[in-house]
Amino acid sequence: MSAPDAVGNEIAIQAQELNVYYGSFRAIKDVSLAIKRHQITAIIGPSGCGKSTLLRALNRMNELVPTARASGQVVFLGQNIYDRDIDPVELRRRIGMVFQKPNPFPKSIFENVAWGARINGFRGDMDALVEQSLRRAALWDEVKDKLHQSGLSLSGGQQQRLCIARAIAVRPEIILMDEPASALDPIATLRIEELMQHLKENYTIVIVTHNMQQAARASDWTAVMMMDEDRAGQMIEFGETQQLFMTPRDRRTEDYITGRIG
Amino acid sequence: MRLVNRQPQGFADSGDYAPKLAERQRSARRWQGIFLVATMVGIVFLVALLYTIINQAFGYVAQENTVDPATLVSAGVPLEELPKEQLIQILRDHVSAGVMRRFESEQPFELRSREDVYSLVVERVVAPRIVATWNLDASLLRRAAIQHNVAIEYPDARLVFRAWLMPDFLMRSQSSTPADAGVRTALLGSLWMLAVIILVAFPVGVGAAIYLEEYAGKSLVNSIIQTNISNLAGVPSIIYGMLGLAVFVRALEPLTSGALFGLVDPATANGRTILSAGLTLALLVLPLLIINAQEAIRAVPASLRQASYGLGATKWQTVWYHVLPSALPGILTGTILAMSRAVGETAPLVVVGASTFVALDPQGPFSKFTTLPIQIYQWTSRPQDQFRHIAAAAIIVLLALLLALNASAIWLRNRYSRRLD
Amino acid sequence: MPNHAIEITSGPRLLDATQGVARTSLGRRRRPAEGLIQGFLFVCGAISILTTVGIVFVLGKESLLFFASPEVDLARFFTGTTWQPAIGQFGILPLINATLMTSMMAMVVAIPLGLCVAVYLSEYASLRARGILKPILEVLAGVPTVVYGYFALSAMTPLLRSILGPNTVDIYNTASAGIVMGILILPLVSSMSEDALSAVPRSLREAAYGLGATKLETALKVVLPAALSGIAAALIVAISRAVGETMIVAIAAGAGPNLTLNPFKAAETMTGHIVRISGGDLSYDSIDYNSIFAIGLMLFLITLGLNVLSRQIVRRFREVYD
Repeated sequence: MSAPDAVGNEIAIQAQELNVYYGSFRAIKDVSLAIKRHQITAIIGPSGCGKSTLLRALNRMNELVPTARASGQVVFLGQNIYDRDIDPVELRRRIGMVFQKPNPFPKSIFENVAWGARINGFRGDMDALVEQSLRRAALWDEVKDKLHQSGLSLSGGQQQRLCIARAIAVRPEIILMDEPASALDPIATLRIEELMQHLKENYTIVIVTHNMQQAARASDWTAVMMMDEDRAGQMIEFGETQQLFMTPRDRRTEDYITGRIG
Repeated sequence: MRLVNRQPQGFADSGDYAPKLAERQRSARRWQGIFLVATMVGIVFLVALLYTIINQAFGYVAQENTVDPATLVSAGVPLEELPKEQLIQILRDHVSAGVMRRFESEQPFELRSREDVYSLVVERVVAPRIVATWNLDASLLRRAAIQHNVAIEYPDARLVFRAWLMPDFLMRSQSSTPADAGVRTALLGSLWMLAVIILVAFPVGVGAAIYLEEYAGKSLVNSIIQTNISNLAGVPSIIYGMLGLAVFVRALEPLTSGALFGLVDPATANGRTILSAGLTLALLVLPLLIINAQEAIRAVPASLRQASYGLGATKWQTVWYHVLPSALPGILTGTILAMSRAVGETAPLVVVGASTFVALDPQGPFSKFTTLPIQIYQWTSRPQDQFRHIAAAAIIVLLALLLALNASAIWLRNRYSRRLD
Repeated sequence: MPNHAIEITSGPRLLDATQGVARTSLGRRRRPAEGLIQGFLFVCGAISILTTVGIVFVLGKESLLFFASPEVDLARFFTGTTWQPAIGQFGILPLINATLMTSMMAMVVAIPLGLCVAVYLSEYASLRARGILKPILEVLAGVPTVVYGYFALSAMTPLLRSILGPNTVDIYNTASAGIVMGILILPLVSSMSEDALSAVPRSLREAAYGLGATKLETALKVVLPAALSGIAAALIVAISRAVGETMIVAIAAGAGPNLTLNPFKAAETMTGHIVRISGGDLSYDSIDYNSIFAIGLMLFLITLGLNVLSRQIVRRFREVYD
């Protein structure tokens, strides 16, 4: 556990010279990036630049694509997650994920939250865990009277918060969010962004977004990615969000945030 | 005006083009009619098929009594009203002593009711025989002619309307007399065999489908398995029968006859059992079941799997808790369709060695077997008309069984899809 | 909409972050159950391979015994015109001939009808009509073949005899069996062909209409040729199905090998012969027993060849529209 004054400086997860290939196609190229603990880091860039690929490389979700492989390192808890003796299943419990489209299980709201904890051997008070997770995801008040209704009966925004609650319930250290608000209306989007600000007290958040305003509003740090001439994604700039949007160092970043690219 | 002149020659007056629209439209209409008629042929055949079956399953029969009940009247009392003692006497007069002893040993006559003895007399002494049969259409349309005919050719016969398919038909065992035969043995045989098939084919088929969809990468072995399954789906069913004959009936006889478990006398042990038949048909429906289950599993959205993996679930946890429950309605529907294929199979069972005559109910997987289609095949192959009628009745039973299976598939699908929403 | 301010209130029993879930390293865990399950699933998949190996082994072994027998001569097997095991005559031609006769008859019925049905369903029929017609065709495909056999013997044969005269048409004949078999495979031809027709993209049809083609011209001259490989594959699968079909011919075509080209005479097909011989009292290791496996091997090779050919056609000639 870190001392409070270290928050904002301690590194939660770090990619070093990371490359991801799909078959012979290099999707991202030599990305090095340090994600700060209990901060929100946004990854932005035009579509197809490898943002999602980078995000999914951080908890080895890429491996679900049969032809995908990675080279380089991602250091988490002092270990390279691509080492042979790392267990991807355990890794994914520590680094949770929220997807672009809300994807609750076709089960009750309660089961949606409880399931992940149960398969990970949670032996504590399940009712309390579900309530706490739903409260942290700011969904409790809306669903406390219908915990046994299907998760699919909720609205899109509620479903996405349910997915966040589900991720929280397995006590991850990091939550990866892959354009979590892109399928939602503006009000639901706003609520997710507010929620993220509260969640960062307990969790490190990495969010991919194609919405620059969202990155500017909601994140502490921003990484900008861009395709090179081989269509491989590269990180061209990384810095504190305010600084990056006010005074971009890279010409392409400036073009992108002023709308000249993408 | 100059614009007109500039147009290329022949475009406006269409001298080079002859669309012949009317003729083409006529031809189009004619062919549309032909297509429609061709489509209707299928329906016509289905109707003709059902008509043929129903037509044969009901109709008039001319019954003749072996002994006229009128001759059995004693002291002016008709047969129906005779007391038990006299009925026993009549029985003794007409059947052999050996048969009487058999009746006695089945149940002593003192303990039998009068009605019981009376039905024995009707069955063994009066013994009505069917001497001629008519189809339903003739029975309905040419009733007078039939009556006339019977009066001349079978003066002693009574004309009765008979439903060859009646509740009794389901309850009676096989008999060499068509009028007394039933499908009880065959129906039970079919059901026992289905149980074996489900127990074997369902877990193996679903397991194979999970392996191919969730675990198998793009390796050579796996693509061989996949190609092999589609090839197996095209192998004629009779070939499976020959496989079953050589492997289950012959090579694995100690297992399939039950001798290995000491259930039957090894001297009379025989591999031609329900178990062999079930295993053979399980192999036969396996490709179908696997292909259906694969489709159901493929239809499960990838987002569900990702959500599960994202929470730190293992592969099997993901499959067991999320993929399978979502795919289950599709898998079950496919399984039931595979079962209805198995219920109707005949050829492989003939080869595996269905018994031609079984009068005893099957007791378990190691019993000799006959099934509904086998029974239909055997009755159809007999030259006598009466067998044709009970074959038709048995076909109706078989079709009803298939209908029930398919209806349950639809019911299951609807029930589950409602629960998932 | 009331503004739900996000408020992270602590639950009554807020948990300590480390309670309940075991905190361990990221090291690989042993999950023996996962491996066992994967092994079991692989075995399930491999059973299909075992089935194929079993079929090839069984048919091959018994056929070898058959051909090795002194009574059998390989050349005579393929050229002999009589099949009478009782007198040591093993010429497969009569059986193959009867199989070809019934299959051809079936295709004569099924090809034109099936194609017309496919064109009607894919190009003409309204959604409502399709919703009624397709299930009916599926029912037709789902009726057990023994029922078709019954129909051939007790309806089709009497019909042929009443039209052509009982002297021309035997009680058992290949024509009746073939025609009914044609109805049996009609749904197969029509549904596979319809799939092929439906796979032709809309844009191609629109292009034809745009040039002033009628619906018929579009269907027959544009869509049908574009779907030709799929239709050819369907027809080959149908032939394979007809060759392997057993119960209809066993019931209605006749019981006795007979080399004849007259479709109204009785003749026994390969499948019909296997069923008749194995339905009787068959002693293992007799030449009769071995002979049906030799016939079975021929049948297996023919149907497998046709199925592989069908798949090759689809693979090689598939039009790619993108």
